[in-house]
Amino acid sequence: MVRRRGARRVASTAGFYGLAVLFMLPTVFVFYWMITLSLKPQIEATAYPPSFVRFSVSMAGYREVFTKYPFLLYTWNSLVVAAGCTALGLAVGLPAAYSIARWRQQRLALAILVARIIPGIAYLIPWYIFFRQLRMVDTYGALILTHLIVGLPIIIWVMISFFEDVPGDLEDAGLIDGCSYFGVFWRIALPLVKPGIVATAILSFVFSWNNFLFSVILAGRETRTLPIAVYNMISYEEINWGTLAAAATLITLPVLLVALVAQRHIVTGLTFGAVKQ
Amino acid sequence: MYPIAYTGWMSLQEWFVSSVTPPRFIGLANYWKILFGDPRFREAVARTIYFTVLAVGAETILGLAMALLFNREFWGRGVLRTLAILPMVATPTAIGLVFVMMYHPTLGVANYLVTVVGLSPFRWTYSSQTALYALALVDVWQWTPLIMLIALAGLASLPREPYEAAHIDGASTLEAFWHITLPLLRPALVVAVLFRAIDALKTFDIIFVMTQGGPANSSETVNILLFNQAFSYFNLGYASSMAVALFAVVLGASMILIKVRRTASW
Repeated sequence: MVRRRGARRVASTAGFYGLAVLFMLPTVFVFYWMITLSLKPQIEATAYPPSFVRFSVSMAGYREVFTKYPFLLYTWNSLVVAAGCTALGLAVGLPAAYSIARWRQQRLALAILVARIIPGIAYLIPWYIFFRQLRMVDTYGALILTHLIVGLPIIIWVMISFFEDVPGDLEDAGLIDGCSYFGVFWRIALPLVKPGIVATAILSFVFSWNNFLFSVILAGRETRTLPIAVYNMISYEEINWGTLAAAATLITLPVLLVALVAQRHIVTGLTFGAVKQ
Repeated sequence: MYPIAYTGWMSLQEWFVSSVTPPRFIGLANYWKILFGDPRFREAVARTIYFTVLAVGAETILGLAMALLFNREFWGRGVLRTLAILPMVATPTAIGLVFVMMYHPTLGVANYLVTVVGLSPFRWTYSSQTALYALALVDVWQWTPLIMLIALAGLASLPREPYEAAHIDGASTLEAFWHITLPLLRPALVVAVLFRAIDALKTFDIIFVMTQGGPANSSETVNILLFNQAFSYFNLGYASSMAVALFAVVLGASMILIKVRRTASW
């Protein structure tokens, strides 16, 4: 009897893990395929039937990405824009979130929600006209400012719930002891929400890094970011799959690595705080 | 807010950026054209909604099934969570590119897998009949984990007592799911679905990278049509009015969202 129950449990556990693997297989497979394609030599990359496990490893794809294209420049551009957008977003977003949380400015909170909802393309047309008139197309400034529209609402929205958790007594005590409002914000509230700051910074970085829509119009020869570079490669490389996969791997890997660090809060950011964790 | 007001103002004008003529005020003519005179726009709207319903519907069912499966203590929970996050943060442009290669009708791995299972190969994004479905599949691949994670969080907060009561009353697992789990999970699920729907209506990167709206406009959603009007034909006035129309659709979905958030108490 005991043994039979044990056997049933083993069978049910095996069934569970079988299903789990089945559900997660597509997720893993796409990344696996991207990376293996990037490592295959040209002939094997487009071989049919494709080889899944056994293939010869070649760095030709990666070499081509760096020699045929100014890939380092594109990477640098992406880094500058994402870092600039994140820094500016935190500088503006943290005080805004603090003020919304501390003084319960519901209307502002709603405005942030609406900003998150407006289709990005609705901003793009007027921006395009402005930045052309200001001769700012193909500058880091234009890209950073436009990427803010994606990053800022997320920073503010997620940080509101972090600031709400800061006990009000602590802040009142600071005020009584002679701190200014800014002092309370800077010395008491900010250190307490450090985990939130890290998480939102990473999120805003990732969103800027991934942004395609704004950069494709506003970035030029000098400031082209990685997603645009990869998009342009599609037409040049046609069926040079090793090179294309190498480029795709190169832009995806940093984001994946960064995401692993802050995975917990990324969910909160992506759901825009739909579920409090 | 200023850019939005500007878009609204632009939408009332006829203006091609390339032409030498300045913007000309034409009132609501652009909207008139959108609503009654442009079958291509109407088709794009229908396609956008179809794409959204298709993708988000599949994501909801799959995500809920996965959440129910994974709602227990097991070895590897952390790994699962990590895996679930990866597709959501991966650069859409790169993902689109990988799927383009996988979808290739003669050399792609997708058709190889399909034939291994015993089906006849598809033409995926290369045929006007299947392009929209193939794109929806990418969206499902990317965003099902989000629904799963939200549903998991919802499941974790469910009380235990109703299940014990139901068990004593002799309810089956299925009955318990239908009458207890689903109603209790509804608020979280509704929010998840609406967030997904709002974003799916605005899907741009993947479609633009993979098909650019083709073949033969078969995957041209409002966002793609509008992008081309604005930045290929530089028909900025008309594009602006489409942007306003798209905004109205998305705002409609969002109003429901805000209302649901308010009535739900958690």
